[in-house]
Amino acid sequence: MDAFSISRVNKNGCSILYLNGFLDAHTAPELENELEKLIAEERFNIIVNFKDLTYISSAGLGVFMGYIENIRDNQGDIKMCSMSPKIFRVFDLLGFPTLYDIVQEEDRAIELFYKPEQK
Amino acid sequence: MPTTAYEYRLRIPSETDNLELIREFVTKVADKVGFNSDDVGKIELACDEACTNVIKHAYASDRNNGKKSLDILIKIDFDKFTLVVTDHGKGFDPDSIKMPDMQEYLAQLKVGGLGIYLMKTLMDEVDYQIQPGVKNQVKMVKYFIDKNNSGFGEGKK
Repeated sequence: MDAFSISRVNKNGCSILYLNGFLDAHTAPELENELEKLIAEERFNIIVNFKDLTYISSAGLGVFMGYIENIRDNQGDIKMCSMSPKIFRVFDLLGFPTLYDIVQEEDRAIELFYKPEQK
Repeated sequence: MPTTAYEYRLRIPSETDNLELIREFVTKVADKVGFNSDDVGKIELACDEACTNVIKHAYASDRNNGKKSLDILIKIDFDKFTLVVTDHGKGFDPDSIKMPDMQEYLAQLKVGGLGIYLMKTLMDEVDYQIQPGVKNQVKMVKYFIDKNNSGFGEGKK
């Protein structure tokens, strides 16, 4: 079994990344590569689905910090969905909910790209 | 006053590849001694952050990086769980690491440096002993009875 894997689905103009396993200092470079690929392809509407992520450390959170500026400068965003309480707690401890849209349902995350005023 | 009841030790090469094994070791012990799953998760993350700092920084400029080792000691006393992470790389001045103002930090979108903040938030005590090139230790304590009642749920006891 892989410690960490990412699969990508393109849906309604968004690219959805499904994270599986654990995201720590060892596996974070894989997520960096994936985000760099999306940026190179000019896909800036990004949703990260955390439903199968079992663990995250600050090295994993740091990846999102590293790319968000570039993505927002290109009128895109990273929206996050389907976090377990354990994963959400780490994001919450570091104040990420003030910086990122974090929602439960993936469909809601897609909607936020098109109807942000109804947040 | 009783002395330390049990000790568990792990010596392991200082490589990110071993973080998974380190977390498994620490969570198994924390679970075994009776912490609830919330507290086990906090100890797991605090230990990961301490070890990641060592792996990324303590030996960063040394040659033969892969041969450096990292020692993890867990001491179980009647009232507390103590986790000591020791390395023999270059040290740092812990007083030079400012606790980030999270609002300011997020506003500036800084990368990295969140580990020490998390360790201090997740554990009851965090203490550094730094002797550059000789021995650097970070000692973290979690009490079995949550004195601060941090709001994440209550301990089993």
